[in-house]
Amino acid sequence: MFGGIDPALLIASLMVASVPILLAAIGELVVEKAGVLNLGVEGMMIMGAVCGFITAVVTGSPALGFLGGAAGGAGLSLLFALLTQVMQANQVASGLALTLFGLGLSSLLGQGYVGIKPPHTGVVPFGPLADIPFFGKVIFGHDPLVYLSVLAVAAVWAFLRHARGGLILRAVGESHEAAHALGYKVRRIRVLAILFGGAMAGLGGAYVSLVRVPQWTDGITAGAGWIALAIVVFASWRPWRVLLGAWLFGGITVLQLNLQAAGSGIPVEYLSMSPYLITILVLVIMSSGRGRAALNAPASLGQNFHAAR
Amino acid sequence: MNRRHLLATAALGLSLAFGGAASAQDKTKACFVYVGPIGDGGWTYQHHQGALDVQKAFGDKVEIAWQENVPEGADAERVLTQMALGGCDIIFTTSFGYMDPTNAVAKKFPNVKFEHATGFKRESPNVSTYNARFYEGRAVQGTIAGRMTKTNKIGYIGSFPIPEVIMGINSYYLHAKKVNPDVELTVVWAFTWFDPAKEADAAKAMIEQGVDVIASHTDSTAPLAEAAKAGGKVIGFGQASDMAEYKPSPRVSSIIDNWGPYYVKRVGALMDGSYEQADAWEGISGGEVLIGEITDAIPAEVKAEAEKIRDDIAAGTYHPFTGPINKQDGSAWLAEGQTAPDGDLLGMGFYVEGIKGDIPK
Repeated sequence: MFGGIDPALLIASLMVASVPILLAAIGELVVEKAGVLNLGVEGMMIMGAVCGFITAVVTGSPALGFLGGAAGGAGLSLLFALLTQVMQANQVASGLALTLFGLGLSSLLGQGYVGIKPPHTGVVPFGPLADIPFFGKVIFGHDPLVYLSVLAVAAVWAFLRHARGGLILRAVGESHEAAHALGYKVRRIRVLAILFGGAMAGLGGAYVSLVRVPQWTDGITAGAGWIALAIVVFASWRPWRVLLGAWLFGGITVLQLNLQAAGSGIPVEYLSMSPYLITILVLVIMSSGRGRAALNAPASLGQNFHAAR
Repeated sequence: MNRRHLLATAALGLSLAFGGAASAQDKTKACFVYVGPIGDGGWTYQHHQGALDVQKAFGDKVEIAWQENVPEGADAERVLTQMALGGCDIIFTTSFGYMDPTNAVAKKFPNVKFEHATGFKRESPNVSTYNARFYEGRAVQGTIAGRMTKTNKIGYIGSFPIPEVIMGINSYYLHAKKVNPDVELTVVWAFTWFDPAKEADAAKAMIEQGVDVIASHTDSTAPLAEAAKAGGKVIGFGQASDMAEYKPSPRVSSIIDNWGPYYVKRVGALMDGSYEQADAWEGISGGEVLIGEITDAIPAEVKAEAEKIRDDIAAGTYHPFTGPINKQDGSAWLAEGQTAPDGDLLGMGFYVEGIKGDIPK
């Protein structure tokens, strides 16, 4: 205990609090690495939240609920893929429209589900490991999605860095003309990346409605998708930094609430603004390093590709 | 500046045109601005129920319109202007943060009536304010909290440090303290009206600190959902709406905002021409604040005690802020037997004696 706060409980709850933004951000990182800027993360998250909730309530299975959430997010992202990859619509405008559409549609779908409790998502049974002091609570006391979110970061990192598919994906994001000239299907790769991003955002949304706040309410994600977008930039498109960013954001929110509850003397205002201050600080430090952050952004980010051009 | 002026003039012209058309049709249009989604299950949901009551009461003679999720601030001004231009005869702005936008837009549309909930500024004759004495409900909750806590730690999730919320905190604490002198209050400011994940986190942080009775002053049911996870060890209250889906525990009682009667009265007055600028502040006795069923999770004697407070307030024999009460710094606020004047309550910026921590500025 320090300052009245149990650090084990604090770390455990910050890991849980950052799962939704972590999942959404790691999905968006893959999308952006493929050269597509999808600003519809918030919309896909909330679609995932409502679809996951409905699936879980109807089937009574949280696992199916998470799958339903991923499907809901991916379904909505398919619309974005259609608009930007087939119809060549502007990505920024389509992404914003996707968010507005997702918020409205989720509200419509969720009409009959307000006030229902979803089936409980249990923690992974680690048996005696959970009884280890400190680490038991911090590492071995979570639901499966917490571990899955960290595994997803590792998987994305390994894929982008070590797999041939990852190399192709990055090539498409850096220079779609060159990738096309080499014979890669730019559009197909991008659509797949968009679907992955949608599924991850949907999974993150489902985590909010099934675990974090086990209920459905209109607008339940309340801006988490925008934070996920910011974290991708904060992380300068690197997977492990996404993890760091998500834990930092999730952590500071939880920490400031905990400090208040513990009656610390630190004024609330400083705590509330600290995540943003740290973001600005990190962005300044990163961009001062001879423009390395700028170099790290995929060169074709946000540009549409048409083979005939 | 020029452009804004032009817009304002155009708006005025249009509103006159539309206003004329509306009265010719003899159909009154009542509009509502909501800070959250109707599906929040709390604050906005209850306002919308009131709006639907208006429709029910007057049927074809009234048209209602509403806009959800309107941010407090500059966006609100745009929405209000649009509504006034769109032929609304009376506009209800249902959150404290709409105070300045409401007054600013009201100046430009003298023929449209504006009704601002929970505020205190009435800068032009067409602005009225209305509120409910929620602190009366907090007195009932505080009594239950003081009796029910086993850890002697009770919590309150605040939204923003405004008088409305501060008087709720003070009333809750005073009545818990009255029945349980050892009680300690933990206040957590969420700085949002509606963010289910953050509200749940706030509740979780308090539960980790040993708090076992949680009252919330935010709009969603998330704090109750979090309390439910504790498996019967933590109780809470429905806020703004009954939140009956969490009965019989963790939701052991609730404060229900009942805006319908007021909305029907005001729209009716507008229609029959008896409308006047007002500053309404009704409570339990006026029916604007209802106390939701106190469930069987509460022992009968505590339930009876809480109901007595409710009934005494309704009958006017008891005021939740009756002296002697000192401010947090120990200076005297109310003398023995003195009750708090409304002015003091509406501008309340201090904790009463015994509450720890500072109010953020």
